[in-house]
Amino acid sequence: MGARAALAVFLVFIATAPLLLAKFPFYITLMNYIALATLVSLGLVLLTGVVGLMSFGQQAFTGLAAYTSAVLTTMYGVSPWIALLAALAVTALAGLILGVISLRLSGHYLALSTIAWGISLYYVFGNLQILGQFTGIDNIPAVSVFGLKIDTGAKSYYLNWIFTIAALLAARNLLDSRSGRAIRALRFRSVMAESFGVDTAALKFIVFFYAALLAGFSGWLYAHYLRFVSPHAFDVNAGIDYLFMAVIGGASHVWGAVIGASLLTVLNEWLKDLLPELFHQTGNYEIVAFGLLMMLLLHRTPDGLMPFFARLLRSGKTRPRPPAMPALERREQPNPGELLLEVRSAEKRFGGLVAVHDLSFAMNSGEILGLIGPNGAGKSTMFNLITGVLRSDGGEIMFRDERIDRLRPGEIARRGIGRTFQLVNLIAAMSVLENVALGAHLRGRHGTVAAMLHRERKEEAQLLSEATREIDRVGLGDHLYAAAGSLPLGQQRIVEIARALCADPILLLLDEPAAGLRYAEKQALAQLLRQLRAEGMSILLVEHDMQFVMGLVDRLVVMDFGEKLAQGLPREIQANPAVLEAYLGGIE
Amino acid sequence: MNSDIVLWLVQDGITNGAIYGLLALGLLLVFAVTRIIFIPQGEFISYAALSLALLQDGRLPGTVFVLVGGGVVAAVFDIILAVREKALGRLPRIVAVYVLLPAAMAAIAWWAAPRKPDLWLQVLIVMGLVVPLGPILYRIAYQPLANASVLVLFIISMAAHYVLTGLGLVFFGGEGLRSSAFSDAQFQWGVLNITAQSLWVVFASLVLMVGLWAFFEHTIWGKALRATAINSIGARLVGIPTELSGSLSFLLAAFIGAVSGILISPITTIYYDTGFLIGLKGFVGAILGGMASYPLAVLGAVVVGLLESFSSFWASNLKEAIVFTIIIPVLIWRSLTSRQVEEKEEE
Repeated sequence: MGARAALAVFLVFIATAPLLLAKFPFYITLMNYIALATLVSLGLVLLTGVVGLMSFGQQAFTGLAAYTSAVLTTMYGVSPWIALLAALAVTALAGLILGVISLRLSGHYLALSTIAWGISLYYVFGNLQILGQFTGIDNIPAVSVFGLKIDTGAKSYYLNWIFTIAALLAARNLLDSRSGRAIRALRFRSVMAESFGVDTAALKFIVFFYAALLAGFSGWLYAHYLRFVSPHAFDVNAGIDYLFMAVIGGASHVWGAVIGASLLTVLNEWLKDLLPELFHQTGNYEIVAFGLLMMLLLHRTPDGLMPFFARLLRSGKTRPRPPAMPALERREQPNPGELLLEVRSAEKRFGGLVAVHDLSFAMNSGEILGLIGPNGAGKSTMFNLITGVLRSDGGEIMFRDERIDRLRPGEIARRGIGRTFQLVNLIAAMSVLENVALGAHLRGRHGTVAAMLHRERKEEAQLLSEATREIDRVGLGDHLYAAAGSLPLGQQRIVEIARALCADPILLLLDEPAAGLRYAEKQALAQLLRQLRAEGMSILLVEHDMQFVMGLVDRLVVMDFGEKLAQGLPREIQANPAVLEAYLGGIE
Repeated sequence: MNSDIVLWLVQDGITNGAIYGLLALGLLLVFAVTRIIFIPQGEFISYAALSLALLQDGRLPGTVFVLVGGGVVAAVFDIILAVREKALGRLPRIVAVYVLLPAAMAAIAWWAAPRKPDLWLQVLIVMGLVVPLGPILYRIAYQPLANASVLVLFIISMAAHYVLTGLGLVFFGGEGLRSSAFSDAQFQWGVLNITAQSLWVVFASLVLMVGLWAFFEHTIWGKALRATAINSIGARLVGIPTELSGSLSFLLAAFIGAVSGILISPITTIYYDTGFLIGLKGFVGAILGGMASYPLAVLGAVVVGLLESFSSFWASNLKEAIVFTIIIPVLIWRSLTSRQVEEKEEE
């Protein structure tokens, strides 16, 4: 069964379930709870599973929205739909404040602070007079849709599931888009993403905000479905349960939210009845079971249950290549021989260590310039100064007559400098095609909202078509859909080059592309670089492998101890006594 | 508010703060050595406090079932591993540590409970029941994932918290218990009325803190733990196994949790789930202190205690909300001053 067919079966099941289960209202109730829980845990799938930010505090947003709507509709007679806007506004404000504060925190601090704000808010709900303290607020009016009162479980069912399915599809669309590729890079590859112009801080915030709003929606639906709110629905355990749902389902898959929410909700109801009967004593047995289930799952399959379901769906068909689309707009390329990059007296110190001192060189369009030197000569530091990863302590770096040494990596990328990484920096689980398409991030314009609604399909097709073209150009056309991490190192480095090419660069910066490659792989790499030069590309190559560089580059700059030792044509450098001394430790 | 009330609130705050300080030490210790955010510390507090109260009442604390059951599970884990690795020589030790020792402790508690022994014997029995739970918990929940990321370990902590809280309700029931004070004496010091109980708490906390310091400075085990905290790979290379340092840090943390529970049980009524919040206050203290320095963590915890006691005077309903909100400005400050490091991909 293919993914499309599975989706269709799921939608048909959701649409007809109330008819099939009409005689069992209990199951309708259960399905309603599943929908509400799915909304919240979907936010956590994106936030925790995809981006790697853990929150145990989503119930705080659910509670804020539920209480806002409850107060407005019961005390001020506001329509539930107006109250929805107010509830979302309150949730958004809280999300804004907490997001700005918390997203700067690293891993466990963020998780601890979410617990803290969750507990705080629980006690605020439970102690404020206006919110009915621990008794809560009842007699919340039902929602009306076009005059139809949504006042039974079966009617609420459709309202709840329409919101939930819309959110699921929006999240699926989002992940399968230009923004989605960038979001999937946030967890482990944010430095790389920045280098291709992704605003990682903004994207993290958007995901956090979306997760908060989903929790808010769930809270509003909850308040008008149960017609009653009390603090107990928003205690710490609710927040833990939501996270468990996301993890059990498979925290990096949108549909994992449905699986996790269903499993835990059903299990919860079932265990609440079964276990006390079994032990002849009432108690919180279900949380013991949840805890054991989580431990067992994390000990056995940390990826959750979704991969198991995904295996059932995998069809034997190979996916077609993305259709060729009209090329994206290209930037104006400089004339061959034009001055491209000029480094003037660059300086970089780390504490007392001078990594780069008074280094100057220039390169022209259309050439391959090698920056070489023994290990520790300061080559990579120089590379990081040009790409904006490090900030220089002195001197200037000019790119096409513009100073770039004070710009951020993304701004430098925008000006036409594409780069690769010394340690391969691909998203291992993502396909070659998607990894390469990430390089074209700055060539697309549509944002997250357009992506959720799939209003950017034409641009997306163009981006994928461009990525396919670059993959063909470097000769990996047979591996479009292979997971990048499954390729051998040599090919991974080539994927990195294709990704840099996808950004339509004027200058390509390669950081030790031959490191760790076998002889034949080096030959293939050199051949590719020659081919790119023949097509007019300018390449700055940082390397310490003399043999690899000599037959390839037009000119060389040699560094040692942070300073320029020599520059010139390869054969001049090979004969230079100072260079030989630096590399071989002197000639007797 | 007059100066009497201020002094009384300060005394109250320092008493609670001393307990939070102990907990902060335990949490910091576990985090430094194992990178585990040790949420279930709170359950050790509840277990110890409730066990003591039940012993005073002449009843057998349900902790014995958790201890013996947990020990058997841990033993099964280790026996499977030993059989798989064909190292059957380990079996006697496994059985002795995880089965016989807990069973012996349970038998002592069963024998002693109806006889209502002296307070210090009760305390010893409680320690014997609760402290072994630390290494048992480590063995069952964490050891299989010793190399997992901080966030996975965090989820495991939450799962362990669920299991232990749920079992707490099963074995202790939903009623709150309070043990009798170690001493009813009071001292008049100026205008201040000092209870012997709070002196006991502060004194015991100080002794324990000094004891921990001596342990880390002057024993080979303490030094091994410090080495693991600084560089776990380096520690492994010089022959300090990860499991050993993990187990040892959990033993110490459970010891600290049990002492805290015993100290707090005459002060507050403890329910099966009270420990969670108390433990989290220890975390707030440790975070106020920057999650790195032991003395600062204790100081942070005392600040939490004082904040709690003053806010219970001004806005007693919102006491908890205030204590847990304080963490947010501190975290902002932390996040502005610390550098973020990108997580490594687990491949």
